[in-house]
Amino acid sequence: MSLTSHHEARSLSGAAADVTTKAARRRSYLGTLRRQPAVLLALVPALTFFCAFWLLPFTRLVAMGMQPDKNSGMIAYWAVVAQPQYLYSLLWTLLVSIGVSLLAVATAGVAGFFLARNRFRGKAMLVAMLTFPLAFPGVVVGFLVIMLGGRQGALAQFSMLLFGERWMFAYSLAGLFVGYLYFSIPRVITTVMAACEKLDVSLEEAARSLGAGTWRVTRDVIVPALSPALISTGAICFATSMGAFGTAFTLGTRMSVLPLSIYSEFTNYANFTMAAALSVTLGVITWIALSFARRLAGGSLGASA
Amino acid sequence: MSSSIAITLKQCGRTFASGHTALEPIDLRVEAGETLVLLGPSGCGKTTTLRLIGGLETPDPGGRVWFGERDVTALPIEKRDVGMVFQNYALFPNMNVTDNIAYGLRIRRLSAGEVRRRVDEVMEMVGLHDFARRGVDELSGGQKQRVALARAIAVRPKVLLFDEPLSALDAKLRDRLRLEIGTLLRRLGTTAVYVTHDQAEAMALGDRVAVMERGRIAQIGSPREIYHQPHSAFVADFIGSVNRIAIGGTRDGWLEVDGGRLFCPRLHGADHAYCRPEDIEVGDPASAPISGRVVQSFFLGQSQRLLVDTGGDAPLQVEAPARRQWRRGEAIGLSVASDALFHPHHPLTFGQAAAHG
Amino acid sequence: MKRRGLFYCQLGFTVLVCLFMIVPVVMSVLAGLTENYFIGLSSGLTLRWVEEVWRLYSDTIRLSIQLALACLVLTLLLGVPAAYALMKSSRRWANAIEEALLLPVAVPGLATALALLLAYGHHRDFRDSWLFILVGHVLFTLPFMVRPVLSVMRASDMQRLEEAAASLGAGFRQRFLGIVIPNCVSGILAGALMVVTLSVGEFNITWMLHTPLNKTLPVGLADSYASMRLEIGSAYTLLFLLMIVPLLITLQWLGSLVTRRH
Repeated sequence: MSLTSHHEARSLSGAAADVTTKAARRRSYLGTLRRQPAVLLALVPALTFFCAFWLLPFTRLVAMGMQPDKNSGMIAYWAVVAQPQYLYSLLWTLLVSIGVSLLAVATAGVAGFFLARNRFRGKAMLVAMLTFPLAFPGVVVGFLVIMLGGRQGALAQFSMLLFGERWMFAYSLAGLFVGYLYFSIPRVITTVMAACEKLDVSLEEAARSLGAGTWRVTRDVIVPALSPALISTGAICFATSMGAFGTAFTLGTRMSVLPLSIYSEFTNYANFTMAAALSVTLGVITWIALSFARRLAGGSLGASA
Repeated sequence: MSSSIAITLKQCGRTFASGHTALEPIDLRVEAGETLVLLGPSGCGKTTTLRLIGGLETPDPGGRVWFGERDVTALPIEKRDVGMVFQNYALFPNMNVTDNIAYGLRIRRLSAGEVRRRVDEVMEMVGLHDFARRGVDELSGGQKQRVALARAIAVRPKVLLFDEPLSALDAKLRDRLRLEIGTLLRRLGTTAVYVTHDQAEAMALGDRVAVMERGRIAQIGSPREIYHQPHSAFVADFIGSVNRIAIGGTRDGWLEVDGGRLFCPRLHGADHAYCRPEDIEVGDPASAPISGRVVQSFFLGQSQRLLVDTGGDAPLQVEAPARRQWRRGEAIGLSVASDALFHPHHPLTFGQAAAHG
Repeated sequence: MKRRGLFYCQLGFTVLVCLFMIVPVVMSVLAGLTENYFIGLSSGLTLRWVEEVWRLYSDTIRLSIQLALACLVLTLLLGVPAAYALMKSSRRWANAIEEALLLPVAVPGLATALALLLAYGHHRDFRDSWLFILVGHVLFTLPFMVRPVLSVMRASDMQRLEEAAASLGAGFRQRFLGIVIPNCVSGILAGALMVVTLSVGEFNITWMLHTPLNKTLPVGLADSYASMRLEIGSAYTLLFLLMIVPLLITLQWLGSLVTRRH
């Protein structure tokens, strides 16, 4: 706003407008357009807020992780890989997240491509139902998994009816997996559908004119053209699953995935150094995954669940 | 080279799901080894016709497509053995130049040696031998279209289809590639269908030209026929420029027109006639059959275009030699040879047109 | 023939995926409306649980709305000028700054919350007020305001429009209010809806920052899932869906409107 006042003053004094001041004013208008530093002042509020409330605190968090862990006495970052309980937690989380991402890309990729390519009655409805859970927070997703596979869930009622026993999966690794899959699928579907719309149809026609059948066209043209979108949405699913706290928290799973480990280090043991080291590690992993995704697709931001 | 085949379309129409009729049912025959150009403004149905021939569209019920003796109506494009060149090149971005050209050959499971031989052969043909390992993003527009052309002819298709292949290129390059494609088509002798909205391209490449208008074929014939004997005002106007001359009355073979009279017994009874700017000769205002005044002149380099007011509704367009200069308002005399005047309902016989052309 | 078969295979698969997404939502809605979920629908439908939720948790809904609106105001004030400046600056700088502003989204909310707690947790007044949560929400949602506004500005070639306005004699304020803002309304609207939606649903940061007196809707949800009977959790989820679904529908409608225009 500060550059406004400068112009206001100018235009007020310009009341005695002779030809020369008019020309000078014109020059100064165009001047500001080119003079970038003045405009950059508009960035100041956002950047100040960001530095004060994120950059500084996070830098302190990073520094805190350098301190020795109060249990093992090791530098906390080193303890992340040297202490089995943290390392396993990290590896498990990585494994689950990678598995979920692959499965989500495969299933939702097929569904998304199908929806983008075909017209039929009820399609809009189907798309809406598949994409609106996109904005569900992790807690709600966790609860929905309980509705599916919990003590009174769909599966339990079904198996009770057929076999007289309650089957459930919600509180195990499978529940976590299903929950992560649940919030990944809408993301993949929206991305794949958008990418399909940008596909160049003449490429497929060219391949077919050269004799390629459905399968060859899919392999040689469609999958290569979609692959940046698929990889990038996969990376987003991966990052989201890595950091998904709400779902794991609601399911109260015995699987100690990284976000749960961080939470219990912080609240149960007041081990701030370890919590800091673990969350910085987690942050670096998700940041790398998301930057990679953005570089590939240049598109969506990927909110965490 | 594979022996060429004829293409026959019988009652092929195409109505889209939206209810829009892109093509009225048409009959069309492309002779074996012939290049037929489909020419017309956008939305006239020329691309739909091409896609029907290629198998990218299916005709409405009742329509049939034959390749030679074979009914291919139900065959999808991948079974029709055609080669297609697209406006936006449609090169596979995940493959380099060689792999793009070899794609159709590999689909046909040719041996590696044969693939290489055929790729080299067509790359030589289109002048691309230095670009074999390049990625398709490293090529200029002209080079891309050469790759697309090479890819289409490498499989030695029965039919070559071109969908406005040059319209994304700049004017100079367009002229050069037009000549190259023309030479190549003559050399291959493959039956070809070529879609364009550029009349110069149509004239240069077509053995025959079909001018299309609103889903119908307005006229089909050799470029000379189309140019000199247009069957309708639309065709005349779409190909080159024409002047419409109102005829006040006819007497003893003379037509009363604005600014004077013209001799043409053939057009007896017509109320108007057409003639092309280059068929109007400039002469001495005192002795020429029509006189008028120069309104405007546009220098074009090899000639100049004059607008001449003869008292009619619109000034006449006249193509005049470049050297002589006219001032605005200067008096000018014009004459038109009898066989250069035409009217859709009073056609010349073909012999007359050929003699004139 | 083969094509039809393939079509129905894919359709069947897609419907299965859709069932996976939608069945638990439907079950949850029904559970929130049945007298006794353990017995089933035969026990009758009731609004009793919804009323119970309202009695227990209406504070959380109020706080969530308050937070979302405050967050919207702050992101507008911070984000729109920032987008404008980013549009003006060189691509390289703009990308770097955008990347930085994205960090609170790229890094899990837990880490951001931890950093905030360790840095500012000892300021008791601040820590105990709802403003502490607001800070977390603004950090998390700011990029979702900047991004759409910036992309609309770039798509409409704002630089040219402004130069045209300046050549006609418009001063900075006239240009900003008369040219810049009206031409990126669709971006601002999309960003605003996104910010509100995300703020209402935010859990990871909020869970760490909340106090017993400052609970938001998702925090209340987690609470009810852990300690209340299934019907109450379901009824609460139902209320949450009622809040969030209209926002989502508007967002989607707006998105299709913008793509159609471009």
